[in-house]
Amino acid sequence: MSTIQATATAGAAPELPAARSKALDSRPIYRWMINALFIVVSACIFVPFLLVVVSSFSSEDSILRHGYQFIPERWSLGAYRLVFQSPKILLRAYGVTIVVTVVGTAAGLLLTAMTGWVLSRSDYRFNRQATFYVFFTMLFGGGLVPFYILMTQYLHLKDSLLAVIIPGLLSPFHIMVMKGFMSKIPFEMIESAKVDGSSEMRIFFTMVLPLSTPALTTLGLTIAFNYWNEWFNAMLFIDKPNLATLQLLLVRMLSTIEYLTANTEFVKQLGIDVGQLPKYSVRMAMAILAAGPMLCVFPFFQRYFVSGLTLGSLKG
Amino acid sequence: MLFLPGFLFFLVMSYIPMVGIVIAFKDYNLRKGIFGSEWVGFDNLKFFFASDTAWRVTRNTILYSFSYIVLTLVVSLALAILLNELTRRWIKIHQTIMFLPYFLSWVLVSYISNAFLDHQNGFLNAMLKSAGLQPVEWYFGAEYWPIILNLVHLWKAVGFNVLLYYAGIMGIDQSYYEAARIDGANKLQMALKITIPLLAPLVTILLILSIGGMFRGDFGLHYFIPNNTGLIYSTTDIIDTYVFRALRTIGDISMSAAVGFFQSVVGLALVLFANLVVRKLNEENSLW
Repeated sequence: MSTIQATATAGAAPELPAARSKALDSRPIYRWMINALFIVVSACIFVPFLLVVVSSFSSEDSILRHGYQFIPERWSLGAYRLVFQSPKILLRAYGVTIVVTVVGTAAGLLLTAMTGWVLSRSDYRFNRQATFYVFFTMLFGGGLVPFYILMTQYLHLKDSLLAVIIPGLLSPFHIMVMKGFMSKIPFEMIESAKVDGSSEMRIFFTMVLPLSTPALTTLGLTIAFNYWNEWFNAMLFIDKPNLATLQLLLVRMLSTIEYLTANTEFVKQLGIDVGQLPKYSVRMAMAILAAGPMLCVFPFFQRYFVSGLTLGSLKG
Repeated sequence: MLFLPGFLFFLVMSYIPMVGIVIAFKDYNLRKGIFGSEWVGFDNLKFFFASDTAWRVTRNTILYSFSYIVLTLVVSLALAILLNELTRRWIKIHQTIMFLPYFLSWVLVSYISNAFLDHQNGFLNAMLKSAGLQPVEWYFGAEYWPIILNLVHLWKAVGFNVLLYYAGIMGIDQSYYEAARIDGANKLQMALKITIPLLAPLVTILLILSIGGMFRGDFGLHYFIPNNTGLIYSTTDIIDTYVFRALRTIGDISMSAAVGFFQSVVGLALVLFANLVVRKLNEENSLW
């Protein structure tokens, strides 16, 4: 028992070994040069974020006159005020996205665990065939068109949130990672539970799932992240504005800058002249409001995203 | 029993669409359905290859994939090796910042790139104007896009890959370095003779996966960042965006299915080929 947990935690978190010999090269100039290089790299990566944040706090006419700037002529909260005056669209999009993410992640994780568990069992008669069955979908697919026709003509999922949830439930890659992890659970434990009269279901829910917590955390985060940022299926299948996810809302806003102005409900609530809407700063404010909260949360879990790849060896 | 839901999922979501490939060889008609439509053999594919678009999107897909793979690999690997030289506190800070773009969807990235490239209000044009130069119409000039797309891709991908390779480096046994140091090896020698060879299995597996995916372009990147502007399709259009447009905008379902089929087949061939090559070179590093 303790050995599994030890390997499990070691597998999930590629942490820095505690005692690393740091004095490999003690010349400080050398290290400062590398550090300076990384500061430049990090700055290059960070600056675009800064531009968006600053623009969202700029007044509309300073954007119109000088373009997006790092130091605007005049600061302004106008864009945010406008968005919060009628927060309905944004809040609804948040609600839809949260529903999709929660439902999708819970269902997807359970399905991934179930499938991965079956494939990891060496005593399952069709193990090889089943693994190939899953793995093959990674290599070959029917392409976009048959998928689209299936979803719209046969499953009738147009304008249904299921069209966003279902395609993301299982990925062969996640299953292979799960399988790799679960195959490390010692088979003797399962055997002895069986001898004691536990059913397969009971074994799965009371033993296998708790033992796989590290893999479940990693994959759960990845799946949740994928749902949160999902726009492709939403773009294909969702046309109704009240079912729009956050990402879809952003897509629509981008494809027609006038999305907000065209949205009569929104304009009516505001009672403003359409031409005067501060489009540019509002766009940036919307981008911040849509991405900001997640950008604050996800970085805390960043190592889990990578460990998903190293968790279970893919080979098998 | 537990396999049943997974089995059904792939049956419906993956295997039934594979059957749907027959559309590629038919003149699809919505009223007649998939099986009622008439067979036209390879006409759809022939029609596609007869057009200029075929060459354009195929070339773009392969060239972009290739440059993304090489650029990301070289830059990330170099940064990961250098990162290892810093102290823990700095490593954490840089890693976190570099990882940020990874959390954005391409939709959001396009908001950012637009803030730089917008013709009237973009930051770059504002800079050019204040320097007394002519503003550039980025979204109308095909020649800029190979550079823009590569930069944007690198910006988004580099953090993830650095962390990935760095995790690989952390897995290397420290005693190799101890031994090398006693033998008087310098940093560069250690990187070339220890770090890189020991990372080779990880790198090859990732390479096989990405070579197999070479024919599957990044739809989000090529659709949102160039804003789906028709004038610059010559350097931004890839198979994925073309299939999407053929389906949604042009509405030529059979043709778009045929192109998708072409993509799938070549993609499969590429994975098999990549794996074969790796297995020839080194049995242990191959995927199966």
